Order: sequence, then structure tokens, then C-alpha cells
Amino acid sequence: MKFLEEFRDLDLAKKLAHKIKETAHKDKITLMEVCGTHTMAIHKFGIRGLLPENIRLISGPGCPVCVTPNQYLDRAISLSFQKDVLVSTFGDMLRVPGSSMSLESARAKGGKVKMVYSPLDALKLARENPGLKVVFLAVGFETTSPGICVTLEQAEKQKVKNFWVLVGHKLIPPAMEALVKDKRIGIDGFICPAHVSTIIGLAPYQFLARDYGIPCLVAGFEPLDILQGILMLVEMIERGEAKVKNQYQRVASENGNKNAQRLLEKFFEPVDSEWRGLGIIPRSGYQLRQGFEHREAEKMIPVEVEETREHKACRCGEVLQGLIEPKDCPLYGKVCTPESPVGPCMVSSEGSCSAYYKYVGI
Amino acid sequence: MNKNQILLAHGDGGRLSRNLIEEIFAKAFANPELSPLADSALLSLSKKKIAFTTDSYTVKPIFFPESDIGRLAVYGTVNDLAVMGARPIYLSCGFILEEGLEIEVLKRIVDSMKSASELVGVKLVTGDTKVVEKGSADKIFINTSGIGELLEWRSMKKPLKPGDEILVSGTIGEHGIAVLSARGELELKIPVQSDCAPVWELVSMLYQEKVEVKWMRDPTRGGVATCLNELVLGQKFGVMIAESKIPVLDSVDSACEILGLDPLYLANEGKMVCVVKKGEAERAREIMRKSQIGKNAVIIGEVISEPAGKVLVSTKIGGTRILGMLAGAPLPRIC
Amino acid sequence: MCLAVPMRVEEINGFRAKVDSAGVSVEVDISMTPEVKVGEYVIVHAGFAIETLKPEEAEETLRLFREIAELAEGETDEVP
Repeated sequence: MKFLEEFRDLDLAKKLAHKIKETAHKDKITLMEVCGTHTMAIHKFGIRGLLPENIRLISGPGCPVCVTPNQYLDRAISLSFQKDVLVSTFGDMLRVPGSSMSLESARAKGGKVKMVYSPLDALKLARENPGLKVVFLAVGFETTSPGICVTLEQAEKQKVKNFWVLVGHKLIPPAMEALVKDKRIGIDGFICPAHVSTIIGLAPYQFLARDYGIPCLVAGFEPLDILQGILMLVEMIERGEAKVKNQYQRVASENGNKNAQRLLEKFFEPVDSEWRGLGIIPRSGYQLRQGFEHREAEKMIPVEVEETREHKACRCGEVLQGLIEPKDCPLYGKVCTPESPVGPCMVSSEGSCSAYYKYVGI
Repeated sequence: MNKNQILLAHGDGGRLSRNLIEEIFAKAFANPELSPLADSALLSLSKKKIAFTTDSYTVKPIFFPESDIGRLAVYGTVNDLAVMGARPIYLSCGFILEEGLEIEVLKRIVDSMKSASELVGVKLVTGDTKVVEKGSADKIFINTSGIGELLEWRSMKKPLKPGDEILVSGTIGEHGIAVLSARGELELKIPVQSDCAPVWELVSMLYQEKVEVKWMRDPTRGGVATCLNELVLGQKFGVMIAESKIPVLDSVDSACEILGLDPLYLANEGKMVCVVKKGEAERAREIMRKSQIGKNAVIIGEVISEPAGKVLVSTKIGGTRILGMLAGAPLPRIC
Repeated sequence: MCLAVPMRVEEINGFRAKVDSAGVSVEVDISMTPEVKVGEYVIVHAGFAIETLKPEEAEETLRLFREIAELAEGETDEVP
């Protein structure tokens, strides 16, 4: 396939890996990839095995489903049991366990839940079913939130009255700051998410390099992208250079996508937000601006939500911060498996535990 | 209800049942063993050892690109016989029909089964029909059981050893993608057809040429990954395959990238995975390639001693990863 | 984070475009990439084209890989 296969070349990969080995002199270099798709790609292509011993790759909280707190899910499930409400969602959310059940089990119990591939499909459902209240679960990082803005714009233009969003969007750079501040983790460099960066550009990462001295590198998702990205990061670390650089120049630009940024600015404003496992991070989530609050499901369709309960032994939080590996969680592979997940890291296709289970095993 | 639809009465054993059997089933599958329409078919077998298998088919939707549940019901079961090294001879067929099913649809499916059984040379000798109330079944469910005569194939009894080679008979993932696409729930248009086909011809050719085949499977639900895991489970050997050798059509590859699926886990209905004695792989490949359904046969890997019980993949960029059993339900990825 | 595959723009209709990759096609919204032209590639995510792919940059990136590869080869050569 064009623009994919060329970036999976075996020979070039070997040479890049060799160059990384030549360049990495420090005793220990810890790099964090902050994106579930990077986590998956690293496992799928066996990249860890190509790197020298002194480079450690840890996975961060780059899986939006994984960082969505139980309370959000519980509210979505309550909504699904409301008369006339149809909850529409990306497929990833269906099997994540909330305090007492998942959206999928809610559906089996009679809740109205439908999987869609795009928020535009959810809007279409609302148009075609005027008798239903359609609520879309707006979860995702900056790659996904502009699409919800386009959808809201269409909803306003077309005067679709029966469409709401339950906003759960989160922002990546504030979470990266929280991780850097946590001294337990010890990050030397960040591999920044390719498509979040495509939207937001490089500027939002500058403060990490400037104020915390952490080099940041935007890398594409193909194996050669990741290897070259690691090389560029290692070069900066060895030189003691803290900058933000872009390896993914074929798609991501310095200024990002201005059209998308305009849309985000129009509909959303940053707000303090709770991340599963990381607690509340300031200005790390989105809420609808004044003028669009009539689209917020939480305000407009109040429901009783059960008391939030987290599984006591679940250690997703520590996995999300890169503090432990999936295999260090006592539930991993024994009680918590893809067939019967306890925490979201196991069920989401971008989750660290799910990637680990699939590609490394028990 | 009009005359063109299946009624509950069609399943109650009376006149309507008899009409249905005579007009549709007996006409299509006419053969001496079936024609008495007795409680059992009386059969003769020439070999002492037989293979016997059963499968039920509940595929949704019942018609999907270039195939249907009927054809699947025949080929699926005869393939299960073929990969055990048995020549498929007889089939039974049980239908569970939903009240209201169009008789034309049933005829279409039965005709498809007739063509399929004729192609493979298998006789449908006994059957059963039940009708359930509307809503109790999704249009039509089919069960086929099959009997085959085991070939005298010494290598099939030999244990696998490190160095033995693994082949797949062609490109993978097409049936899974075709059915997913035919459900109409995806926004994607995917020009992929199911690979539904009988693999007996390949087995027969390998047997005739005395290739030392040790193990065969048809990689249906769960795909090639699952079938290789079943091979190594609990064994003292493992398996290593090369990602770059796995044959996948560009359109399947593309659909999988977009949907976040892995072709190694998708169902195939016209393919065979086999393990041959070390040194036999190239010969086996050339023999399979002589056939239309084996024209893309490829050597994909080998049996290894360590790690035992695991399937390893050497990736396109020279890394290694483990290929586990299919875990959870494949959901398309968005974010 | 974001599963997104480069797809070629085949047709444009206002703010909708039909995009294709190896015969697999889908309709997407191009509000975020309104200037895209037929024949160009876009990154598609959740029903939206989120950015266009710049082929010259892709070529440049590949060239950089090859350059690094050659240097690596040079380093692994025996010194005569």
C-alpha cells in the first residue's frame, strides 16, 4: 500500500537500529510513547527487540478509552436505560467495564446502545429517528475532538434537535506535564503522538522542552518512523539538547491543522479533568463553551448515576503512568483477560495490557 | 402468509413437509441412497477407518459476495474431512427454517448446495427439516455432518519435528472480510469475495504425489493464527512464521489496516494450512500451485524446538513477536 | 491513538469526498482539509480527513532513512 509499505523496509530498519545502538551511550535512557497506536505498533513490529539494552520504552496514557473514569461510563450506561435515549459510541467503549457493567452488557439487559464509526453516523441516527434522543459519547484526544466539532456544526446548521454529546475529550500536553512532574517515572524523552500533533502542531509541546528540559519528538506510526524518531530523540538526549522536533513531516506540520484548531476553539474550552489512574489534571479536558451548552448531554439529560466503584486490585492507573508493566499487575492474565477484562487497559484495542497480552502473552 | 413462504406446517411431518422434501430437497440431491427417504440412509464403505465430522452454519448474512450459507455448509464440512486425510463421500443435512422464509431463497440455497456437492463428488444422503416460529431463528440455520474414507497416508501419523515446514495454500482473510462487509454495517466499500471453496483437490494431489504431509487444517474461525496455536498447544515444539511471507490481497490488507483487524485472525473457507516433513516444502508448494485454489500456495515458516507451545512471528522489520490465540472479540479500532 | 490510513481522493462533492486505498473505498468529510484535490492523499480518522499527506515530504523522509542506512553501512565496513 502506498505510503505504508515503504516505511516497513527490513533493511532500512536494521540500519536504523544499528545507528541507534551506535548513538546511545548513556547507561539508561527512558523514552515514553504517549499514544496507544505507537504502543501497538511497537509491539506488533517487535521494535523493543531491535533496540539496545540501555534504551527502555515505556507506555503512557495514550489510550482515551483507558483514561476515561468509571463515572463517565456509569453515566453513559444510565443514559442508555432512559426511555427514548439511544447512546451511540465508538466500538472501543463497548466492552469497558464501568462500576457494575459495560455498555455491551447494558445492551444485553435492554439498554439502547449502538456502535458507530463516526460521530456523523450518530447525527444521522438522530435525523432519522426524531422520536429518539441520541447521545454520542465524545471520547478521544485532539485527533478526534475536531470531528465532533464538525458534527456539532452540522447539527446546529441542520437544526437537529435530538442530538447531544457526552463530552469526555482530553488533552495530551497537560497529561505529559503531569507525568514529567511525577519523579517516580523518570522520563528522558517523549515520543509524541502522530495524529494529535497533526492537529495541534508542535507549539503545545514547547513548554516541556523549555521548562522541564525534556526533548519531544513527533513520530509517525510506521516502524521506520518510530525507529527514526527514537534515533532523533537519543541524539538530542546525548547532546543534552531539549527541543521539539518532527519526524512525521509528510503529515504533521509545525503549525498543525488550522481549520481543526479553529473548530476546537469555537466549540470547546479547556477544563480540569479526571484521568483514570492519574487523578485530576488541570485544564486537561474539554467542555462545551457558552452558547453550545444545550448540546451537553450531562446537563440536558440529567440521570441518576450509581455510586462509582473502582476494582480494588486493578492497577490500570500505574500501567497508564508507565510505573509498572502489565505483567506486574496481579490480575493480569489470571483474572483480567481480554475475554473478561477488569480494567480498560485490557479491553481497549489501544490499551497497554491488551497490546501486551496479544503480542507477548502471559 | 402466502404460498411462497415457509410455514410452520412445513416442519410438522405432514403433507406440506413431504411436499417440501420432494419438491426441493430430493429433487436437488437425487441419489439412490437418499431416494427411499427412509428414516436412515443405508451406506457401504470400503475402508475400515472413516472420518466423521459435524458442523452447524449460522453465518450472517446468508448471502455474501459470491457465496452463501448453503455452499459454505457443504464445503466447510467436506474440508474438515479432507484435512484429516479423508476422501469425502457422504453428507447429511439438517435445516432449521424460520417461519416466513421465502421458498425461493431456500431453493437458491439448496441449488447452491447441489452444485457444491457435485463439484466435490459427495452425496447428500439423509436430512431433516424443522420450522420454528418467526423470530426464533435467523432465516435459516444448517447443520451438515460428513463421512469420509481415510487415506492410507503414513506420514500423517508421524510426529512433528523441528525443521518441518509450514505452508498455506493461498491468500488469507477474505471470507472474514467479505462477511463483515456484507453485513452492511460498515461505511467502507470492500471489493473482497469470500474464498469459500473445497480443498479436497489439494489434499488429493499431495497424497497422489506421496508428499510427506504430517498435519493439515482448514483455518476457519480464528484464522491461521488460531489454527497454528491449536497445533502447538501443549506440545514440546513451537512454530515460527515470517510475516513477509504471509500472502494477503492488497484489498484485504487495506481493509484490515483501516478497520484495525489482523488478517491472521480472520476466517478462511477455502484454504489449507499444512506441515510437511523437512525438505518437502518446495515440492508440496509446486504441487499445490498446479491447482486453481492452490495457485498462491506459499511456504510461511517452520516448526521450532523453543519456545515450546508458542507461535512466533518474525516481523517485516526483523523483530519478533508472539502470535497468541484470538482474544476477545475483534472490534474495529477508532482511537 | 488514532488509527488512520493514507487514502487517495477519488471524487469530491462539496464537503464530502470518496477516498480509496487498494480498492477499499469510503466517503469522508473534508471540512478540515477543504483545499484537497482529486489524486491527493489524506489521513482518514473516524469519518474525517484530518490532514493531507505531502508526497515530497514522504520522499524526503525515505531519502533520510536511506542516507542513515548508507552511513550505518559505512560504519560497519572494515577499515582497510
